Amino acid sequence: MEETEEEKKDEADYKGLHSFPLIRHSDMPEEMRIEAMELCVTACEKYATNNESAAKMIKETMDKKFGSSWHVVIGEGFGFEITHEVKNLLYMFFGGSLAVCVWKCS
Amino acid sequence: RALVKSPDQLELTEAELKKEFTRTLTTDNPHVPKNIVRYSFKEREYKLVDYMDQTAIHLSLNGNLIPKDSDEGRRQSIRSSIEGEKAPVETAAETSEEVEIKDEEHTGDTEAAGEGEGEGEGEGEGDEERKAPDEAPEVAAAAEAEEPPPPKVPEKKLANQFNFIERASMTPYNPLREKGCQSEPLPSKNFSANVNQWDIYDAYVEELQKMEKAKEKEKSKSQTVKKEEEKRGRRRLSTVELQHVEPISRISRAAKIAERMVNLNTFDDIAQDFKYFEDASDEFRGQQGTLLPLWHFQYENTKKLAITAISWNPKYTDLFAVGCGSYDFMKQGHGMVLLYSLKNPSFPEYIFNSNSGAMCLDFNSEHPCLMAVGFYDGNVAIYNLKKATSQPIYKSTAESGKHTGPVWQVKWQKDDMDNNSNFFSVSSDGRIVSWTLVKNELVHVDVIKLSREEGVQGPEELQLQTLGCGISFDFHKKIDYLFLVGTEEGKIYKCSKSYSKQFLDVFEAHHMAVDTISWNPYHLKVFISCSSDWTVKIWDHTIKTPMFVYDLNCAVGDVAWSPFSSTVFAAVSIDGKAHVFDLSINKYEPLCSQLVVTKKKNKTTHVQFNPVYPIIIVGDERGIITSLKLSPNLRKMPKEKKGQEVKKGPEVEMEKLEKLLSLVREPESK
Repeated sequence: MEETEEEKKDEADYKGLHSFPLIRHSDMPEEMRIEAMELCVTACEKYATNNESAAKMIKETMDKKFGSSWHVVIGEGFGFEITHEVKNLLYMFFGGSLAVCVWKCS
Repeated sequence: RALVKSPDQLELTEAELKKEFTRTLTTDNPHVPKNIVRYSFKEREYKLVDYMDQTAIHLSLNGNLIPKDSDEGRRQSIRSSIEGEKAPVETAAETSEEVEIKDEEHTGDTEAAGEGEGEGEGEGEGDEERKAPDEAPEVAAAAEAEEPPPPKVPEKKLANQFNFIERASMTPYNPLREKGCQSEPLPSKNFSANVNQWDIYDAYVEELQKMEKAKEKEKSKSQTVKKEEEKRGRRRLSTVELQHVEPISRISRAAKIAERMVNLNTFDDIAQDFKYFEDASDEFRGQQGTLLPLWHFQYENTKKLAITAISWNPKYTDLFAVGCGSYDFMKQGHGMVLLYSLKNPSFPEYIFNSNSGAMCLDFNSEHPCLMAVGFYDGNVAIYNLKKATSQPIYKSTAESGKHTGPVWQVKWQKDDMDNNSNFFSVSSDGRIVSWTLVKNELVHVDVIKLSREEGVQGPEELQLQTLGCGISFDFHKKIDYLFLVGTEEGKIYKCSKSYSKQFLDVFEAHHMAVDTISWNPYHLKVFISCSSDWTVKIWDHTIKTPMFVYDLNCAVGDVAWSPFSSTVFAAVSIDGKAHVFDLSINKYEPLCSQLVVTKKKNKTTHVQFNPVYPIIIVGDERGIITSLKLSPNLRKMPKEKKGQEVKKGPEVEMEKLEKLLSLVREPESK
């Protein structure tokens, strides 16, 4: 029992500690990157249970702000190979277990 | 019954009168041709036209009655009703006008009809076809003639085909042209990655560690700035921007590689020569060989210093150390120890400054990062190349037993039983001292004092022991305790580490100072010595007299055995020449005597062979080191006899030299 409690505590700690947004790879210009990152954080927090809605929100907002057409993938475990327009890619971790990949390609 | 005959009636006989003439009445038009042939495009041949229109029109007359229900009829009725409301005079006028119009129309029509009829009759009744199109425009004209009057109600201007003109025009229009273009597609790149839960976790942990490190380093800097950036989520690049030390050190490695590349490109032909060039003309030169000059190593600050010592690093075969100082007693200044790499001829890899000139240096073979240096002021020091400091890690002081004269040679020994490195030094004060690195100190032990055999008669008949000045020494490769010392007086002492008072043997070697002594790397008994008395001598340590003597007509600065052959050695003389000898080929003359240093007043001071590559480096008095490549003649291996394998290895070298020595030795000894 104690162990499981500790584990839970650890998990909570880890989630709490590791929930800051961590950009893994990005070649966006600074302002765009910050805006996109904050948008992702907002969307993921708002639709914590539904990745699709979060992705939808991110995609639509990015389309409006930076032009079509954007693609967004949110998940906890996946592999990908994408072609993106130069200077329009953001790949980040958030919330300790979510990975978000946002890129533009028309 | 009186027939009334007209006067011009034809007179016929009764028979003729009774004759019956048959006349058949058909509906056929006798004027219509019955054999018209038309070309049928469908069947591509001339075909007889079966049926011809048999109608013959005798009179055609256009009427002017319009049905009441037609458009025109309705219009007219409306008009007449409108006009009926106006003054009856007008109506009367109108009706009369109408009548006139109608009459005119009628006359017009009849005229037209008459014309048409006239045409028809004139040309024969066969042209019915032409009549049909003629009628159509006439009807149209009539219809048109009636149209203009209705709009012009007040004026009732007559408009008929004679004063109605149709005119049409069209504005010019610009022809259309199609033009298309496509913008370049936006530049795109591929990106791929894999993400798992553990991957995310690892990334976060790493990031947290970095953040903690950065926090510790940045404690002195303002906290607020750091916090803002933390909130944004750190990226690796942003951490670099904060810490100013890291980028420079990261660049240093890249800069080093870039420097090497630039040097390689600049000296590309030399590098190619170093690696691949084999002088083909050696075949024609008989036994003579040449030295091909390769790189020149020079450092600005050493222009006034002479090269006093050269040594190759045992581990990194492209790295060599050079000691810079001054041989002149009067002009003593600072000194330097530089380490050069063959890969970068333009700048030394390591630079160490010292107060007094460095006279000798040696690399520790077991710890190739340790380098012992002896100075003109009698001190010895040990430098550790791995550490970034430019100061020696150990240095002797007056208390710790430094020499009272310049240290001419240092040599490392094998680690002693406590695994402490130790080295020997020989100096003009006549002491040979063994230094041991114990913990953090240099501990010295006097091994031998070079006492002269004859003492000097001092006052009161005291025998004063004078000490000779040791200039060079060398330790035997196999026999640990055995070593040779050369002195300024020209004597060579054979000594043992265990006996501190006495020498094992003395050789009356030269008339002047013995500059260098070196044991043969292969043969256990042979050593070579050179001196300022212009000679180079090769000895067998069991025999008092030299085996070979070479007179080079000039003071010899240094001599060195080659590492690949027991019979090859090189000597440099003060006139700037380098001589290479091979005893197995020519016992009396050098295979190559080449001027190495071209400037006048420049003396070549030292020479060393590279342990691996066939090059030698020569130092001179201007602080320049020249590297030279040995041509193939200078490094000949024994020829292979057919059927026999050539043995390689130290035994072969020993045998080679033994053969030569046995020729020279007197038959009595041995």
